Amino acid sequence: MEFHKATLDNGLQIVAEQSPAAHSVAVGFFVRTGSRDETQEVSGVSHFLEHMVFKGTDRFAADDVNRIFDEIGAKYNASTSEEVTLFYGAVLPEYLPRIFDLLAEILRPSLRTDDFEMEKKVILEEIGRYEDEPTFTAYETLMQTHFAGHPLGQCILGTVDSINALTADQMRGYFNQRYLAGNITLAVAGNFDWDEVLALAEKHCKNWPAGDPGRTVTEAQPPGGVEVITNPSSHHQHIMQMTPAPPSAHPDRYAAELLGVIVGDDSGSRMYWDLVDPGYAEMAEMSYNDYDGSGVYLMYCGCAPDQTAENMRRIETIFNEVNVKGVTEEELTQAKNKVSSRIVLRSERPMGRLGALGSNWLYRKEYRSVEDDLNVIDGITTDDIRRLLDEYPLGQTTTTAVGPLESLNDEAT
Amino acid sequence: MWHRVIARCNRTKHWRRNTTVDITKDFAQHMQAQDIRTTQLPNGLTLVMERMPDVRSAAFSMLIPAGNIYDPPGEEGCAAVLSDLITRGAGDRNSQQLAFDLDNLGLQRSESASGSHLGLSGATIADRLPDVLRIYADIVLRPQLPADQFDAARAGIAQSLHSIEDEPRQKAMQELRRRSYPSPWGLPSDGNLEGLSQLTADTVRTHYENCFRPSETILGIAGNFDVQAIQKIVEECFGEWPDKPAPTVEVSDWAPNVSHIAHESTQTHIGVAYESVPYRDEGYYNAWAAVNILGGGMSSRLFTEVREKRGLCYSVYASLSALRDQGRVFCYAGSTNERAQETLDVMLAELQRLPEGIKEGELERCKAGAKSSLIMQQESSSSRASAVARDWYHLGRVTTLDEVHQKVDALTVPSILKYVDEHPADNFTVLTLGPESLEVNLGVS
Repeated sequence: MEFHKATLDNGLQIVAEQSPAAHSVAVGFFVRTGSRDETQEVSGVSHFLEHMVFKGTDRFAADDVNRIFDEIGAKYNASTSEEVTLFYGAVLPEYLPRIFDLLAEILRPSLRTDDFEMEKKVILEEIGRYEDEPTFTAYETLMQTHFAGHPLGQCILGTVDSINALTADQMRGYFNQRYLAGNITLAVAGNFDWDEVLALAEKHCKNWPAGDPGRTVTEAQPPGGVEVITNPSSHHQHIMQMTPAPPSAHPDRYAAELLGVIVGDDSGSRMYWDLVDPGYAEMAEMSYNDYDGSGVYLMYCGCAPDQTAENMRRIETIFNEVNVKGVTEEELTQAKNKVSSRIVLRSERPMGRLGALGSNWLYRKEYRSVEDDLNVIDGITTDDIRRLLDEYPLGQTTTTAVGPLESLNDEAT
Repeated sequence: MWHRVIARCNRTKHWRRNTTVDITKDFAQHMQAQDIRTTQLPNGLTLVMERMPDVRSAAFSMLIPAGNIYDPPGEEGCAAVLSDLITRGAGDRNSQQLAFDLDNLGLQRSESASGSHLGLSGATIADRLPDVLRIYADIVLRPQLPADQFDAARAGIAQSLHSIEDEPRQKAMQELRRRSYPSPWGLPSDGNLEGLSQLTADTVRTHYENCFRPSETILGIAGNFDVQAIQKIVEECFGEWPDKPAPTVEVSDWAPNVSHIAHESTQTHIGVAYESVPYRDEGYYNAWAAVNILGGGMSSRLFTEVREKRGLCYSVYASLSALRDQGRVFCYAGSTNERAQETLDVMLAELQRLPEGIKEGELERCKAGAKSSLIMQQESSSSRASAVARDWYHLGRVTTLDEVHQKVDALTVPSILKYVDEHPADNFTVLTLGPESLEVNLGVS
């Protein structure tokens, strides 16, 4: 593994991790923009724009874009979160120049009005698709409630109304502000030649406009609360909770990751043994999610409505116990073994390395090899977890529920 | 854990396997000679190993002929409960000790009971493989199947039957599958609530005793390990497993059918299925190419016509499902209710239009996608472990990546059209889930 980095004159940052034994190469453009960077009037524009990027340019029409990706056998996709819009693909090494040309080309999209109107229909379908999933509704509501008044509470998809009202001009305005070279990180992982990557970046990206719009980052101060959405046609009761955890740049983020595994991994965790193993819940999990300047412990429990109150008590008991007594040496060792193994397995593919490579740079301007991560994890002690819990105890600050129940206090329905 | 990102195209691919061809470079240049070794133990267990020197991991996939097709009628869900119960204590370890030890080995594992097999699989750092295999010998040969945990295991399966009711897309495709194969082949692996309520701990134990046997069990292992040492461990661990006769399965009659499930939802979820061929059929690769052209990538016909040109949906695809003796094409689209009829019409028209012609470019894209998939498989021990095990089940041998490559390379537009002519998309099974049923309009567009 060899690490390389460079910055173009316009501010585009390039990070690359070479592994000559890999059979493929993965390329990703990480644009530091997402729903948190939107104003209310353009809610959902980041995600809609991500779709519009694939509608092409004067050189490549939408059909050409889809066709060329498939012609080179690319495994590709794009995604939008609260904070990052990512365009990525993995190809065989000889197709690196072609996927590079294509991705760089479409990142300066034409944003034609007729394409915009057609894709609007797809976005509305996508909103409809998620509306039918209670877990998604629970998650969306939780983000809005927990981060009320904070930019992280802004919805990624937007609403039917905000998307209907959005104009192509507004999207062009947002694009011109946010898709500046200084706001984009290019990450490359796998089998490639560094000089070639540099030359490709110079050739295709050097004319991108310079600039960095930045982002206001403050740690959220969640007001807390309970939001119940009664949905009689839902079979299960879906409950989600959030409570503050370390932000992405916090040194205790690895400890928080391990704590999440100990308390709420999908198997072998405290929540697993107390709720899932006995058959009280279909799923009961907790994990650590980090954002720019904020972080959360995110809990999900899906169960029969009449078991909800009892399960909520079980979860509260687990959280209280961990807050008071911390975790055992055995639990910590087990979590370290699980997490280390996951890192190694995920990192075997260039596509699996790409996310960590790009995110580490985008969030923290640092490069971390797989070995670096394994070493940090290996060094974490129960004292570290204690310190973390003192600063960021587990809790149930914000709760949302979607399902048949009218209220979380009443057990019978 | 939960959606932190919204992806452009969020599709589950169901390819049994992917294939490819060469565009500009020599395929062989990307391929290491595969080091594959197959052994049959005297009791009938088949061990297929592939050594992958460039990875740090090792993975296994064990297919045991005890899937949900062997569920006793009226007690459906039996295999699913067994796949949960089987890791609740084995050999000297109770449930917690077993989970603890497997977690400490860093094993990423899963258990399932779908179709013909109960499948156990896992992956971890390569040097831990011997310890993992020894524990799995206990799980397979000496499970405790504790009676006092039966209720909990059954409750867990009942919970997942309830949870799919809140996931209309998955529900629609599960119901399409049920209606597309003769029973018990298409039945949901978790069974049904009625069957679960009738199920007893004794039935589950009997299922284990009747079905778990070394002949027809396949253990696929791939990764960076010493082949001889691992073979020796497998022989020690599984060599004494006594064989027994195979149980029989009653298969029902089946005919294509159209049905609707009423559901209050924003979108109508549409599933369309028709007959194809199994993996070992000589027409398989042509069938694979035809489906890929229809609904594989984002340049496929369904994606282009339904989503890109008309904006009728977010998700649309077609995929090939191959059992050992039969195959189906499954297509999915989800559209808001008022546009769902048009979506179904366009889908059906595209399926029926395929015999009119295929462009060379469409075939080339299939080949390119297959080529990357094949080559990238060499980066994942889990992919290879499951591929070698499934190959053995379907073919009684392992096809090398190079062989698959040659088969795909040999595909031509006429060969695919000939296949499509002999296996046209018709006699559709259609399942819709949403507020209103739809018309199945054939021969219009």
